[in-house]
Amino acid sequence: MTEDIFRDLDEMQKDALREIGNIGAGNAATAFSQFLNRKIDMTVPSVEIMPISDVPEITGNIEEIVAGILLEVMGEAPASILFMIDKDSVEKLVGLVTDQEVNFDELDDIEISAVKEIGNIISGSYLNALNKMTNYNMIQSVPECAIDMAGAILSSSMIPLSKSSDHALLIKTQFIDGEEKIEGYFFLIPETGSLKKILEAIGFDLG
Amino acid sequence: MTERSVKVKMAEYGVVESPDQLITIGLGSCVGITLYDKYNKVGGMVHIMLPENRKGLKPAKYADTGIPLLIEEMENLGAKTNYLKAKIAGGAKMFSVSSKDSTLNVGERNVIKVKEVLKDLGIRILGEDTGANYGRTMKFFTDDGRVIITSHKTDDKEL
Repeated sequence: MTEDIFRDLDEMQKDALREIGNIGAGNAATAFSQFLNRKIDMTVPSVEIMPISDVPEITGNIEEIVAGILLEVMGEAPASILFMIDKDSVEKLVGLVTDQEVNFDELDDIEISAVKEIGNIISGSYLNALNKMTNYNMIQSVPECAIDMAGAILSSSMIPLSKSSDHALLIKTQFIDGEEKIEGYFFLIPETGSLKKILEAIGFDLG
Repeated sequence: MTERSVKVKMAEYGVVESPDQLITIGLGSCVGITLYDKYNKVGGMVHIMLPENRKGLKPAKYADTGIPLLIEEMENLGAKTNYLKAKIAGGAKMFSVSSKDSTLNVGERNVIKVKEVLKDLGIRILGEDTGANYGRTMKFFTDDGRVIITSHKTDDKEL
């Protein structure tokens, strides 16, 4: 079955995917830092392989209301990029951009645009790194934003992948600004066929 | 008697006997379907993600294979198909614009397919809270068959 590639990855391939996440997220953290003019750190990316049913709980709180920014990656290896930020972090981040007090429960259009732009910058630099490593020319869609339950955002982001697999592979990174406790989850979610293409592009022979 | 509350994850299903409860959290474009046989006091819930299972994948992930599977499991607990009544929730469009139309309308397509499958099986829909652009949590009480929908955007609704 098509999904076997998710379960059959060996350690070396997982390491390679982690490394892609590392370089991509490193690039993104730099762009993020420059945009905010402050130091943003990231955790070491993890490669998470799980039954699709478990994905909505991946952040530990399925019911938490968060901001989710979703982008589609189009080109050689289609994927989705999802950036999720919690309530406090949205208020702090948007406050840094707009220089005003921000209330998460009453975000206006300009503040939502700021949230999308943050997602745009981070995923753009992540994708740039991915393109350099793979020699692909993938582009991203305009960002879409939803403020809702983490579970509803994650489940809806799984739709393209779920069409051909009961398992999901996500490359997960957390961004952290220690001083301000800004935390966000960044997920690269390759569609089933894309994983093979990414691995082959970086030198694995998958037959 | 203490009732249990059984959680139904995405692309999964659950069946219980009265007065246990079934709950599914975070329905976005997915659709939650509850079926209730009030005479035999058996309830079931399935959380589907997509309309049609074309590749032989996990049955509970799809409307066309998930609903028949749920009915089969309910029959094993003593339910009768001709007593079953349905309530459905979800099928939202969580993200407003999309370059891929098929992704865009998956919530709507899910709802259409669920209704078609239920109609073909002769099962009436007694309550529905679908569409719009927000996530929902669905809680099903099998003591009397009521379903409560909670969301971040609206007050609680009873189906």
